[in-house]
Amino acid sequence: MIEVENLHKKFGKNTVLTGLHLKIEGGGIYAVLGPNGSGKTTLIKSILGMVVPDKGRIRVNGQDTLRQHKYREDLSYLPQIANFPGNLSVSELLAMIVDLRRQEARQQELIAEFGLEPFLKKKLNTLSGGTRQKVNLALTFMFDSPLYILDEPTTGLDPASLIRLKERIRLEKSRGKLFLVTTHIMQFVEELADEVIYLLEGRIYFKGTLDQLRKRTGQDDVEHAIAAISTQEPHD
Amino acid sequence: MIKILKYSFYDLMRSRWSYVYFLFYLALGFVLLFLNNDLSKAVITLMNIIVVLVPLIGTIFGIMYYYNSREFAELLLALPVRRSSIFLGQYFGVAGSLTLSLVLGLGIPFAAYGLFRSSAVWDFSLLLVTGAFLTLIFTALSFNIALANENRIKGFGYAVLLWLLLAVIYDGLFLLSLILLEEYPLDNFSLAATLLNPVDLSRTLILLKLDISALLGYTGAVFKEFFGTHTGLLVSLSTLVIWTFLPVWRLSVQCRKKDF
Repeated sequence: MIEVENLHKKFGKNTVLTGLHLKIEGGGIYAVLGPNGSGKTTLIKSILGMVVPDKGRIRVNGQDTLRQHKYREDLSYLPQIANFPGNLSVSELLAMIVDLRRQEARQQELIAEFGLEPFLKKKLNTLSGGTRQKVNLALTFMFDSPLYILDEPTTGLDPASLIRLKERIRLEKSRGKLFLVTTHIMQFVEELADEVIYLLEGRIYFKGTLDQLRKRTGQDDVEHAIAAISTQEPHD
Repeated sequence: MIKILKYSFYDLMRSRWSYVYFLFYLALGFVLLFLNNDLSKAVITLMNIIVVLVPLIGTIFGIMYYYNSREFAELLLALPVRRSSIFLGQYFGVAGSLTLSLVLGLGIPFAAYGLFRSSAVWDFSLLLVTGAFLTLIFTALSFNIALANENRIKGFGYAVLLWLLLAVIYDGLFLLSLILLEEYPLDNFSLAATLLNPVDLSRTLILLKLDISALLGYTGAVFKEFFGTHTGLLVSLSTLVIWTFLPVWRLSVQCRKKDF
């Protein structure tokens, strides 16, 4: 599904990724973790084709991603900051994305799921941060993609919406979808993640299940285990 | 690209600023006609305003739109859409809506005044065409600057500086060099200097068409002597096309290399 080989990326003098390898097959929920500046966002954006790697190769569903755009038909991305053109209304935005993707969309289902009916006619720049995030979520899950990439999906959500989001993620997972999720909320990881990918200094420092993580660090609590992991030897 | 263009255009057509720009030209057109009471004279006054103001507005609008729609561009970048389509679509959306404001804003008062029955109709059309070119050129230049600068303040600064350079400082330096080098033959130099600045080029183009030798100035006179009126028009128009094409082409190349 996703193959990353020897990925290198520098921003000016700042080296972010140094020969990262990653191979993920099949479905499941993968939490991409790591301290600030460890290269999580750069990795995700490289897979999305938003960041152009200096060296290395990325393949999604067997297709090379460099300077391509077709492969993105197979993925949906939830960006961290949801900022839409303010002069459009919610329903116009949804219609526009459907129009641009030219794929089948389950608009109504997602609008109902995140309770967006009252906002459909409202302009996007009048919405609160949490509502925008719900619009953002609806946009992402509207398409039936084999791969979902979520960057901090929980930002600004109220508890009820958070529960719906988790239900939606579980549902899609049961349909065999693959998730790459970055988050700083450990409870979210504990509840949902099948595997953890821990990045440190531009490489994958640990990749495995939560149980493996607990065993290796000798910590029962995931938060402590994550905090403890960077003090150990790298995983091969 | 056409879809992105359509949406950018719709977005702008609903923004207050397009209307402000439109109303400004509308008011300008009526006021000029009222004060001049003559179409041809109003066209000349309008030219002086257009060659300075249109580039400024194109620059500022272009840079503001790019920075404002950055997050939206990021959303589009994750869709199965070609990168160059996104940025070219946005660019043509901005440039198109600005051109429409210009053409309608000035066209309505002049048409109401009886433009189509007067001899000034071609002069006026050329003025609008030049205005459209200047919008396309300066919006493309500002998109290039915005794409190269993450820092908004810096990008804004460079864009305004570029406008200042081409619309104001260039002429000063040009004049200064003509005075300093007056002992040398300057025909070719001044020809090249005019072609290298879209603002000067537009001014020369309109003056050639209006055929007012008194206003042509040194460069215009050289231009006319060198090319003749018709070839001169043709050369200046095609140079404007090149001036439009180059920054647009660079935009499509640059956006493919950039990290977002």
